[in-house]
Amino acid sequence: MAEWEPVLLANVHRPNSEKIGTYLAHGGYQALRKALSMSPEAVVAEVKASGLRGRGGAGFPTGVKWGFLPPDAPVKYLAVNTDEGEPGTFKDRLIVERDPHAILEGVIIAAYAIGAHRAFVYIRGEFFLGVKRWIKAIADAYQHGFLGKDILGSGFDLDVSVHRGAGAYICGEETAMLESLEGKRGQPRLKPPYPAQVGLWGRPTIVQNVETLANVPHIILRGAAWYASIGTEQSKGPKIFCVSGHVNRPGNYELPLGTPLREIIEKYAGGVRYGRHIKAVIPGGVSTPMLTARQIDVPMAFETLAAAGSALGTGAVIVMDETTDMVEVARRITDFFVHESCGACVPCRLGGFRMLERLEAIARGRGRPDDLAKLESLARGISGLTFCPLGTGMCEPVLSGLALYRDEFVARLNTAAKR
Amino acid sequence: MTMDAARQTPHAPGAGLVDPTKQAMLLSALYLAQEQAGYLTPAAIERVAQRLGLSPGQVYSVASFYSLFRIEPVGRYVIQVCKGLSCYLCGGAEKVADYISAKLGIRPGETTPDGRITLELVECLASCGTAPAMRINDQLYENLTLDAIDLALERLLEGGEHG
Repeated sequence: MAEWEPVLLANVHRPNSEKIGTYLAHGGYQALRKALSMSPEAVVAEVKASGLRGRGGAGFPTGVKWGFLPPDAPVKYLAVNTDEGEPGTFKDRLIVERDPHAILEGVIIAAYAIGAHRAFVYIRGEFFLGVKRWIKAIADAYQHGFLGKDILGSGFDLDVSVHRGAGAYICGEETAMLESLEGKRGQPRLKPPYPAQVGLWGRPTIVQNVETLANVPHIILRGAAWYASIGTEQSKGPKIFCVSGHVNRPGNYELPLGTPLREIIEKYAGGVRYGRHIKAVIPGGVSTPMLTARQIDVPMAFETLAAAGSALGTGAVIVMDETTDMVEVARRITDFFVHESCGACVPCRLGGFRMLERLEAIARGRGRPDDLAKLESLARGISGLTFCPLGTGMCEPVLSGLALYRDEFVARLNTAAKR
Repeated sequence: MTMDAARQTPHAPGAGLVDPTKQAMLLSALYLAQEQAGYLTPAAIERVAQRLGLSPGQVYSVASFYSLFRIEPVGRYVIQVCKGLSCYLCGGAEKVADYISAKLGIRPGETTPDGRITLELVECLASCGTAPAMRINDQLYENLTLDAIDLALERLLEGGEHG
């Protein structure tokens, strides 16, 4: 396969890439002009035909989601998810800081397609530079007539505002994000109804991740057929893979979906550091099940990772070499989820805490002989039984760690301990 | 009312709403209030509640949910060391925090006796590709080395400005 020429990350390394002038000089806002010359229905149809699926983790087909909006609703909203917090993931921060107009152009096209006249950008509170870059990009877009009343003479109006989160991973979950935008505790809502039916202040709302929106201008400009020619059967287009951990060249690599995990690690991220070998890889952020060194020929696509027993998630690849303490990895990830549990439902709040207690005991060499069975039983009582996906995500690293590296856990148990 | 019913937005789409509501300003208001004293004093919570037509309990409930809102005083400089998996794999996290602890004589969660510097271990800072990472106020430090930590701490102890 020919070397992939980056599309989503084409601008980020240019000097002053965040400035509107730089963006315009490299073809910026051409897609918006083209979209505004199309009917909103045609834009939705184009995105649907492209096969674009959400890049925030769930992988839902974007155009299909847009089609779920009730056509007769008087007010509709677009909410933009910049609440990147899944450990291992650092792609959205890069785009927001270095190429905010690429997302904003996607925002305007998406709003036009779905008939929203207000868009709310929700950004992680810790992203100080990202907040500044979002605000500046929006202000400059107003100046250039890309936002506000009668955008580029099309008769379409759109206002965009930026809202800072305040340090809660759960607000990356779309309904928790809506609660937070409404000024409440970020606790997920029950689905259904989905936000496309009942969202912000009860209005039909489309929630999209920033990487998803950054794909939209390219689909409009180059066409759905071009986009659908990239990737695999069920996973279309380019994807930003965030590679971190024990590799020589950690970083963000944009490649077509379906690129083998091995190629991403060895060719792009420069292989494992110090000539060591892979022990485990987390393919899609810490809520996705781990893979062993024997599984890394898997193509990085939604369907192939699901078949391998894991998930594409956010495309955050965390590589661990043979020196890695897998008990500590499970403990650390569980500690994260316990801290980030919103506390609303019992399996996640209490079950997570109990799993962490057992993992901490095992890590300190004080685990009891039946602790592994106990962990599995706790995970069975959490996974799939919680209000939102956080509880299930919490169990994946523990269950996959136990399944794949059981010997390491067993070796740490204190066999002399009594119940 | 069941929990499920309570969680759902109580109004039907388009039922004569005025949106966004005043409460949507709560997080922004709390950020502004926090700038005054470095944390949310009871008086600040009371004031925010009054201005937005909420009860102090509602405001406290929201403020206490989010880790960036502080109910207790913190130092003028807050050092936040990332304890994410990638930072841990790259020799950061507790190793960085321990190094700073030894230099400053405070453990994570504590503030120096002069009230200037607070040390914390925090969740992923989305700097996994440039791990290990830490933050001092709004300045992010990536690809940390012991020398880089020393330099940042020296600037703090000499009263240099951060963020």
